[in-house]
Amino acid sequence: MQALERDLCRLLGAQRVVYEPDALLAWECDGFTVHRSRPRAVVLPDSTAEVQAIVRLLHAADVPFVPRGAGTCLSGGPTAAATTVVIDLSRMRRVLRIAVEDLFAVVQPGVVNLDLTAAVRHLGLHYAPDPSSQSVCTIGGNLAENSGGPHCFKYGMTQDHVLSALVVLPDGELARLGCEAGSRPPHALDLPALFCGSEGTFAIATEITVRLCRDQESVRTLLFAFASMSAACRTVSDVVAAGLVPAALEILDQATIRAVEASVYRAGYPPEAAAVLLVELDGPDFVTAEEAAEVRACGERHAALRIEEAVEPQERARLWKGRKGAFGAMGRLATDLYVLDGVVPRTRLEEALERIAAIGRRHGVVPNNVFHAGDGNLHPNISFDGRCPDQTARTIAAGHEILQLCVDLGGSITGEHGVGSEKLDHIGMMFSPADLDVMARVRAVFDPDGRCNPGKALPSRAGCAEVAKWPQMVARVLGVEDGA
Amino acid sequence: MTPSSDHARGTSPTLDVAAYARSLDCVHCGLCLPTCPTWQVTTLETESPRGRVYLMRALAEGRVADANAIRPFLDHCLDCRACETACPSGVRYGELLESTRAAIERAAPRRGLAAWLVRTLLWHVVARQGRLRAAFAGLRAAELLGLRWLATRTRLLPAAMAALAPRVPPGRERRPLPTGLHQPPAGVARRGVRVALFTGCVMEPLFGRVHRATLQVLLANGFEVLVPAAQRCCGALLVHSGRPDRARELARANVAAFAEADIVVDNAAGCGCAMAEYGHLLGDAAGAAFARKRRDICTFLAQAGLSAEPAECRAKAAYDDPCHLCHGQGIRREPRELLARVPGLEIVPHARPEECCGSAGIYNLLQPDLAAAIGRRKADSLVAAGVDLVLTGNPGCMLQIDSHLRRIGHQRPVRHPIELLVPAR
Ligand SMILES: Cc1cc2nc3c(=O)[nH]c(=O)nc-3n(C[C@H](O)[C@H](O)[C@H](O)COP(=O)(O)OP(=O)(O)OC[C@H]3O[C@@H](n4cnc5c(N)ncnc54)[C@H](O)[C@@H]3O)c2cc1C
Ligand code: SF4
Ligand code: SF4
Repeated sequence: MQALERDLCRLLGAQRVVYEPDALLAWECDGFTVHRSRPRAVVLPDSTAEVQAIVRLLHAADVPFVPRGAGTCLSGGPTAAATTVVIDLSRMRRVLRIAVEDLFAVVQPGVVNLDLTAAVRHLGLHYAPDPSSQSVCTIGGNLAENSGGPHCFKYGMTQDHVLSALVVLPDGELARLGCEAGSRPPHALDLPALFCGSEGTFAIATEITVRLCRDQESVRTLLFAFASMSAACRTVSDVVAAGLVPAALEILDQATIRAVEASVYRAGYPPEAAAVLLVELDGPDFVTAEEAAEVRACGERHAALRIEEAVEPQERARLWKGRKGAFGAMGRLATDLYVLDGVVPRTRLEEALERIAAIGRRHGVVPNNVFHAGDGNLHPNISFDGRCPDQTARTIAAGHEILQLCVDLGGSITGEHGVGSEKLDHIGMMFSPADLDVMARVRAVFDPDGRCNPGKALPSRAGCAEVAKWPQMVARVLGVEDGA
Repeated sequence: MTPSSDHARGTSPTLDVAAYARSLDCVHCGLCLPTCPTWQVTTLETESPRGRVYLMRALAEGRVADANAIRPFLDHCLDCRACETACPSGVRYGELLESTRAAIERAAPRRGLAAWLVRTLLWHVVARQGRLRAAFAGLRAAELLGLRWLATRTRLLPAAMAALAPRVPPGRERRPLPTGLHQPPAGVARRGVRVALFTGCVMEPLFGRVHRATLQVLLANGFEVLVPAAQRCCGALLVHSGRPDRARELARANVAAFAEADIVVDNAAGCGCAMAEYGHLLGDAAGAAFARKRRDICTFLAQAGLSAEPAECRAKAAYDDPCHLCHGQGIRREPRELLARVPGLEIVPHARPEECCGSAGIYNLLQPDLAAAIGRRKADSLVAAGVDLVLTGNPGCMLQIDSHLRRIGHQRPVRHPIELLVPAR
């Protein structure tokens, strides 16, 4: 044990410091399993004061660190290099305050997204951003990734729901971003918004104030099954063109439907359908009833094979269940899964899907799609065998082209999963060196020494050395290096 | 696609290929984490299903330097299989865990007094009903002589374990069921169906009343009941301790003992689950055939339909799903359906019906700290629901829930659902 590990143990007790090399294997990666690396150590603080004390120790020893929530990130965000200490925040999971009248809650960063909603449900409230990983991902991770979810079409991303954050800077100092009660004062910078999507590269959030939303009087979930993907996409366009703003608009393709129906998340989606569209409407009862009729008409116009409408919470949960388990269910198809995340203008969804399929054919892989249709946020999923270097390479290459396509169509390389380590190669598709430099300078304001999650989100000056190591790391894991 | 040569090179000889392949089903999505009790109480990745699968896979790939370094994390697993229920990718976690445990045990058999004691007790006492009966008689005598109190006072028996160790009921409650064929009483309409009853190991000395209730309910509902004398312990505890070889001996004995029966009924979720996997354990047709003909008692009765009205029971009760019923066998509805037939009984929901109580075979003896933290969550959830009766269908769970309710000062009767189905006389 080295001096640093000893000091950490003294601070937290041996139970909350992991430095045994074999045990550390468990922290090698997040949901993006292509990039793997074993961290130097993992620590589990209980409080802001402990996070500060840890960060001070690391600052003194000039050791980099990575904050981590539930590790469900899909872009390698919480994956730590061999010299780096992981600060795992999952023990910090208390809801500190619920302000019922003022509609906000103060939570520790490790609070699980769905647990926050569970804690306020009896008050007729909920936390709106609902990533499909909501039963496990943390508010801290959501903040860092600016996560979205099906209901963000109407209610906005995490950014629109964070009022304030208390953060521990990389030198151990505390800073309060934003103002707890209500909106930003007119003279202040909107720092919480700046922090959203910083992917753990600015500081560690240890207390987060989020907006709570009132439950709507009535919620209706509609399921449409179509014989073609284009019918589903056109229905979405019609719904939006009709001036409706549904709470959610989600599409699953046939391969995804079949994978879900074979899993414990089976929701009764018709396996013969080429696409399933889920539409959710919320508001006063008479409004949702009227809107539901309009949405139905759109679906009928495009020859929906089946239409189901659910109002009861249990029935609605059943319709959603398949969507929530979709990523994991894709795991049934092969040993590994590459979940892509790109955005295209909604009007070009159909075209994008066709071209994505063509890219897949060219590389000998099959991208399956499940996506937030309302936002044009695509998730082509490619199943592959990570033990096979050739398949992995073709998967990554197809992914690269798909992201280029998104940019070419006027979209973006990420809608909600972040850049992490996965998309460092792609970020140049969207931003010029000058753009990137501005971002790097903003980051340096928070983390001048580049010790906070180095090598992620930006090919920053400080992070360059780390970035350069990733391909070698991948190669090592795949066993290419030792020439087997 | 031809697999590259790395595949073979990565696979360590200690883990069989099928188990390794199962570990590959995991896509690291994390949806299983919140359902895992050991993750809930530690929040350590190494104590989560995702982390354990990852470590087992690393072991198979030869990336773990010292298998003993990851052994504690596998030991801490309750094998409750809540993670299987949550997993969209269909990871067969239980099979993977059992193969890995056995592989590690083969490569590096456990040493030390505690391990020796467990092995000896499981094989030489628990698996032999005669000796088990004698042991319980001895324990009862010791208790009556105040030796338990003495052992606790002198710290020979750690206080935490003493509080958990069950109190042995008096002799009449421990008496075994008469073996052989039992006929429904006169006046009961017969169904013309004979079922064989599996009695297992610890249910008899600890909850003999459950066996008697099972027999009574079956007879009152018009079934003939056979209690084979040659049956033995199901072997679950041996499988869980990495000794499938010895478990196989017991499984073969049971297959033979029940050869005549068309339907085998069991009333302990853990045993039922283990016997449902005899096909996998024995790897032959006889094992698979046995697995097909066995039924959990509640499932059997729910399918057959109750013909005898259960006695009235005025109570507000919670039904708690034993892991080996809900996660292991997918049985959730049937016990509730049967309980709905009990006049006067109100079943109310509680917050964590499908979360393991921490009993898990002999887990609470081997991992007392974790088991206590997990048991506490269960007891708190039951107390918060405001119930005055708890119903669950596994002897280990009955003990664990009872002792944790006592610990937080909220003692409640804990019963097996079958006990409430006994008709009024
Ligand atoms: C099945 C599945 C479905 C998903 N669905 C969606 C979806 O619908 N929408 C969506 O947007 N995403 C989705 N994701 C991605 C992922 O769940 C989100 O990015 C989530 O916000 C990550 O949260 P986490 O707690 O797991 O964070 P982690 O993965 O642990 O960390 C993510 C990043 O946040 C940083 N971080 C964590 N905590 C803090 C903190 N307190 N302070 C500062 N930085 C911190 C880490 O350094 C890392 O860079 C999905 C993932 C999976 C596996
Ligand atoms: S079997 Fe139970 S304790 Fe073990 S990993 Fe799965 S959920 Fe956790
Ligand atoms: S839910 Fe299944 S696929 Fe997902 S992490 Fe757990 S075991 Fe792996």
